[in-house]
Amino acid sequence: MATDTTEHAAGACVDAGGSAIGMPQLCADWMPNQIFWLVVSLIVIYFVLSRIALPRIGAVLAERSGTITNDIAKAEDLKIQATEAEAAYEKALADARAEASKIVAEARAAIQSDLDAELAKADEKISAQTAESEKAIADIRASAADSIKVVAKDVTKALVGAMGGTADAKTVTAAVTAKMKG
Amino acid sequence: MATDAKAEGGLVFHPLDQFIVKPLFGDGPVHWYTPTNVTLWMGLAIFCIIGIFVMGSRGRATIPTRLQSIGELIYGFIYKMVEDVTGKDGVKYFPYIMTLFVFILFANYLALLPMSYSATSMIAVTAILGFGVFICVTILGFVLNGAAFLGLFWMKDAPLVLRPIIAVIEVISYFVRPVSHSIRLAGNIMAGHAVIKVFAGFAALTLVSPVAILGITAIYGLEVLVAGIQAYVFTILTCVYLKDALHPAH
Repeated sequence: MATDTTEHAAGACVDAGGSAIGMPQLCADWMPNQIFWLVVSLIVIYFVLSRIALPRIGAVLAERSGTITNDIAKAEDLKIQATEAEAAYEKALADARAEASKIVAEARAAIQSDLDAELAKADEKISAQTAESEKAIADIRASAADSIKVVAKDVTKALVGAMGGTADAKTVTAAVTAKMKG
Repeated sequence: MATDAKAEGGLVFHPLDQFIVKPLFGDGPVHWYTPTNVTLWMGLAIFCIIGIFVMGSRGRATIPTRLQSIGELIYGFIYKMVEDVTGKDGVKYFPYIMTLFVFILFANYLALLPMSYSATSMIAVTAILGFGVFICVTILGFVLNGAAFLGLFWMKDAPLVLRPIIAVIEVISYFVRPVSHSIRLAGNIMAGHAVIKVFAGFAALTLVSPVAILGITAIYGLEVLVAGIQAYVFTILTCVYLKDALHPAH
């Protein structure tokens, strides 16, 4: 360090051209400087980290994991609630369905019984009317037979008269009745 | 350095000139307190660390910003490493290990900027880190376990005849730890940077310059990996040594 006249800080480790003599790593002249500044840097970094940075980041990370845990628990709760709501909904749906089918069955039974009653009534009416009609037909038939009998008597009487005979009413009636029966 | 090579008109390699310690202000002898390029780049590392870990987490947001999530990622990574390797009782040493990791990580990555200075390539720096870990862990081992800490060297599973021999080997390997711990980091970083400089020297030749530039690119890519991996390796070895101090029984 005697010759500080050159441009570079020539010393034991640097030649006059400013190039290193040997390995600069092994230059003992520079070691105290590196060691001093290393220790200063490490102390500064240690205090910055341990006093400010690390507690802060640790708190942020802890807070975040806490938030995440809470949110997951909340989500779990909501999921359970949703499952419950779904079950309730399903139950309500099933109840409503059962109710509806019950109402349908009741309505069907009521309609059926109404229908049966109406049908029975209608059948009754029909049979009554049929009987009435048959009676009317029978009456008509009877009256028709009587009319024929009268006409036949008259015709017979007229025929007998035309033939030149006389016929008493009693014989004619008997004859006509017998013919008609036959 | 490139201008030097050009001025001398030939292939002149000074791959180690990038590691020269220079005073920041003026020329003069480098005293232990002189602000030098070492100071500058260590200071930049501190600025980056403050930027990411303090400014980035300023919002304390539950949904993190990008910068905040980078800080949280590194925090979680190292925290998990400390917890996994040393166990629950090692967690209280987490700030110290985090300090080591972020310092080495940021020093390594800042050193990859062109014209930068790589503090972690200096043996003095890594030796302080490595021996610091070694001394702290050894003292901690004796304070926590007393003489039982020596059980680390006495294999109870081994046959009785072999135990003294194994103990000697264990003691040697224990004392070699800080040396390998520090030289691994400095060697990796220094070698990578020196190789890049050598390739850069070859780039002055027109004929081989495409190959040289390709080489620089490839080595640079490798160095990006090495920068992260060496920080990780240094940290996980620190955790392993700490685990030995906390639980010396095998």
